[in-house]
Amino acid sequence: MNFNPSKPIYEQIIDEFKKKMVRGELQPDDKMPSQRDLAQQLKVNPNTVQRAYREMEHQGMTETQRGQGTFVANDTEKIRELKDEMAKKTLENFIQEIQDLGFSQEDIPILIEKYRKKGDKN
Amino acid sequence: MIAFKDVTKKFGKTVALDDVNLEIKKGMITGLLGPNGSGKSTMIKLISDLNKPTKGEVLINGGEISQEIKKHISYLPEIDHFYPWMKIRDAKNFVKTFYEDWDEDRYQELLDFLELEESMMIKKISKGQRAKTKLLLSFSRRAEIILLDEPLSGIDIFTREKIIETMIKDYRGGEQTIVITTHEIKEIEHVIDETVFLNKGAVALAGNVEELREQQQRSLVEIMKEVYGNGKDF
Repeated sequence: MNFNPSKPIYEQIIDEFKKKMVRGELQPDDKMPSQRDLAQQLKVNPNTVQRAYREMEHQGMTETQRGQGTFVANDTEKIRELKDEMAKKTLENFIQEIQDLGFSQEDIPILIEKYRKKGDKN
Repeated sequence: MIAFKDVTKKFGKTVALDDVNLEIKKGMITGLLGPNGSGKSTMIKLISDLNKPTKGEVLINGGEISQEIKKHISYLPEIDHFYPWMKIRDAKNFVKTFYEDWDEDRYQELLDFLELEESMMIKKISKGQRAKTKLLLSFSRRAEIILLDEPLSGIDIFTREKIIETMIKDYRGGEQTIVITTHEIKEIEHVIDETVFLNKGAVALAGNVEELREQQQRSLVEIMKEVYGNGKDF
């Protein structure tokens, strides 16, 4: 994982887990990696990983079971919310950048239609 | 917690530290960053009690740096401090007799991890291997405070990465305090909790690295460049 050095690392770790959950790579009740293993794998400070895990639990993404570790929350509604939230963020960035290029809101659907990959109707 | 209170340190007429007030938090990794001559090593030496302040005081957990406290400090100096004729095994036995918190299992594990062998002689190994040997012996103790003075300087990138991995491997966050001085900011910016930028013996900026990124939306390197006027002193 390559970190953006101008953004807090714990946020980037959380975003990575959100993506994994939204894509289904991590399913409800799946076991999360141990904090120690993840810190070593990402080569980041274990305190930073701990902060990311604490925040994910606080946001209801994960649950900790005493003595057993951390698991993805069994909450499909939460995952739908995450998916929606990530779509929103991506689109907001996209709209901002397109407008910065001088296009209007009305141009956006036309541009999408023009450049959408053929055969990709979904 | 390590506290500097109104600390000035002079060597003859040279002012190495000029009225420094600073708290280094317990259980975190703090990076002391700054150009040569900014006072980084002097701070480390004051914490390890190798030097005494000219004025002011350095306190650990609210008290003076006693013999009892020194037992829990592991100090990695910038210079090569082991006798060249020693084998790694001899250097280990030397350190082991001095400190009660020696952890033989951890030593064996780190020896393997750092790709070193006990039979290697200090004078015959490379600079990188000597740097790893110093690290091995510092981290094989269960010390509460680990002080690392320039552990990355003059070392190739692969060895630097290995050294950083060793720092975070088995790091006991919240309990263990690590203080590291370095120029290699890019390499440690993922690893440190707190940063202290020193400039000409004074604290130019200190804070939590994640909070600095959040507030300034910039990397530590960019923040550093501003602190030192585009890094021309580096």
